[in-house]
Amino acid sequence: MSVLDEAPTSQSPLEPDQTKDTSPQRKPIKVRDFKPSDVLLLAVTAIAAYSIVWIIFDQLTLFSGEFGFVVTWIVVFLAMYWFVNLQIYGRHMAVDRLLGGIVTIGALCMILPLVLLIVYIFSKGLPLLSLNRFTQTQAGVGPLSPISAGGFLHAIVGTLEQVALAALMGIPIAVLTAIFLNEIGGRISSSVRIVVTAMSGTPAILAGVFIYSIWVLTVHDYSGFAASLALAILLLPTVTRGTEEVLRIVHNDLREASAALGAPDWRTVWSVVLPTARSGLVTSILLGVAVSIGETAPLIMTVFGAQVMNTNPFHNPQAALPLVVYQEIKLPQKSAVALGYTASLVLFILVFTIFVLARILGSTWLQNTLRGRGKGKGARLDGDVEEELFSVALAPAMSFGSGEADVDLGYHYRPDQEDPT
Amino acid sequence: MMTTSDVTTDARKVASSSAGNLGEQPITAGELNATGVCAWFSGRLVLEDVDLFMERHAVTALIGPSGCGKSTFLRILNRMHETINGAQLAGTVELNGEDIYSPNQRATWVRRHIGMVFQRPNPFPAMSIEQNVLAGLRFNRIKTSSKADLVEEALTKAGLWTEVKDRLSNMGGALSGGQQQRLCIARALAVRPSVLLMDEPCSALDPASTLRIEETIADIKEEVTVVIVTHNMQQANRVSDNCAFFLSENGKPGHIVEVGSTVKMFSAPNDPRTLDYVNGRFG
Repeated sequence: MSVLDEAPTSQSPLEPDQTKDTSPQRKPIKVRDFKPSDVLLLAVTAIAAYSIVWIIFDQLTLFSGEFGFVVTWIVVFLAMYWFVNLQIYGRHMAVDRLLGGIVTIGALCMILPLVLLIVYIFSKGLPLLSLNRFTQTQAGVGPLSPISAGGFLHAIVGTLEQVALAALMGIPIAVLTAIFLNEIGGRISSSVRIVVTAMSGTPAILAGVFIYSIWVLTVHDYSGFAASLALAILLLPTVTRGTEEVLRIVHNDLREASAALGAPDWRTVWSVVLPTARSGLVTSILLGVAVSIGETAPLIMTVFGAQVMNTNPFHNPQAALPLVVYQEIKLPQKSAVALGYTASLVLFILVFTIFVLARILGSTWLQNTLRGRGKGKGARLDGDVEEELFSVALAPAMSFGSGEADVDLGYHYRPDQEDPT
Repeated sequence: MMTTSDVTTDARKVASSSAGNLGEQPITAGELNATGVCAWFSGRLVLEDVDLFMERHAVTALIGPSGCGKSTFLRILNRMHETINGAQLAGTVELNGEDIYSPNQRATWVRRHIGMVFQRPNPFPAMSIEQNVLAGLRFNRIKTSSKADLVEEALTKAGLWTEVKDRLSNMGGALSGGQQQRLCIARALAVRPSVLLMDEPCSALDPASTLRIEETIADIKEEVTVVIVTHNMQQANRVSDNCAFFLSENGKPGHIVEVGSTVKMFSAPNDPRTLDYVNGRFG
């Protein structure tokens, strides 16, 4: 009930502990105080609104249905809450509380499905979850085996390999495309942007069909690599769009500062723009990985699925977690359906672990720790080796439009040429 | 102390390996000579026929009301003008007698030798103070035998060393505005430019920080030629040796009204408009 007082403004850094210690008389003003009496007011209003809606909606009129009830309850609650606050605090506070209520309810509506989903997966999947689900495969597990037998190791390995390969292929292309769109631009950038936007609307099954027809059906067979090709197609637009947005918010002052120091364009991108945008970059890459890790449709036509471990993603069918979920839940046996839920839970745990790891790896804290906190002379100044590597990789891509290569800026001044004005 | 010779030799090596024939010049304060400079933005003439000689070992101030093309002119001096879409220019700019706009001259090379400090402090937020100072060396692949000494030297010249020497690995963005601007000056000085262009370097700063930066300018002018754009007449009077008064009247493109020594420009200028402007009667 006291959701409103959990707003970050109420725990602002304006009230540090030191202030309390040094001068107990000086109590900081709480601009948006939500007192216990306010919590009570909120609770009472909610209950009153519930009662009114119950009488009018459920008893007096012929309406029915839980959804209508909840919506009416929210509307009546907001109206009553506004009115009560108007009586007690006045117009200003009433509007403030009303809007706060609307925003909070909106946020709850957003979070609720997610929470329900997680609770659902856990309640369905947890009973059959055990350690062997992570360490064993389905090899030798038949319809007559006990339900506790076997695990999803083969699918975990398959998914990790497929997603890693997809990321390996897709992310560099996506980031380079975003760099092209935002840092280089030019005449064809708008058409590239349209293609990327169109790609982000591609149905996942189409990517599967595409790879099925040009890769699986031709010379090659079902394989994890075929799946990663399809997944790469799907993560490409997500990462490109995300990265482009992130690069766009890097302030142009920084690019100018870098250029004014004599940095070629590729160097500005590599040493200034990308590091500045790092946390956003990690987020957009994670979004891409998230898109590809949960895709099922393209997998059906590319990896085919397997009961046994196949660690080679380039040869023979492989299992994948989303595919296992799909295949198990389709089966008529109750035990298989239950196992499908457990597989979803395993997938959920896998995604969560990857996200946490990526966040830690992308954090500034870790970067600084790795760099060493040495002061002055002892400090490791910069990753020279890493830099050499990437300058080799990135320089050719960026060389047009930079002063580094022989191709210089197209519009620089030539003394023998008249200006067109 | 700093291994000055190392940097100089390396810088020369870099210079001579690049296309320009400026490479044989010693890396000390340089002189800039602009002749017949015009500038357009999307076809609109904003700067017309500017001739200005910027002396070695001196501070040249560019003064004038807003929109008269001072900053545009300044950006032409180190080829930053051409980075703007739709920007064009004409005329010649010579650093120690060599045209910086000649077709075989690299923009990156020019910008490394003619440094720039911007209106808003812009340290690289993803780099520590130390990395910020060394950024220019990194970008230009200049090797030094002792980075720590160079960092100390550059920060000392910019008047920031004593304030930050114990926290060189802190992020540059955590400094105050005035300190950030001095960090930017240190960053620009670390690559040992011949000329340092300053585009209203103090307009975002408080008086105390402004004073520190003016002291810095006075300290560095023996080793690097300074060209400064300023809206502050007192500042122009305090820091500069020469002044150029830019004006853009009645929608006409900006041009230079008068050039001269600061003392003369502020006491007995030839043009009545200059007298009016330096006394704050317009602009």
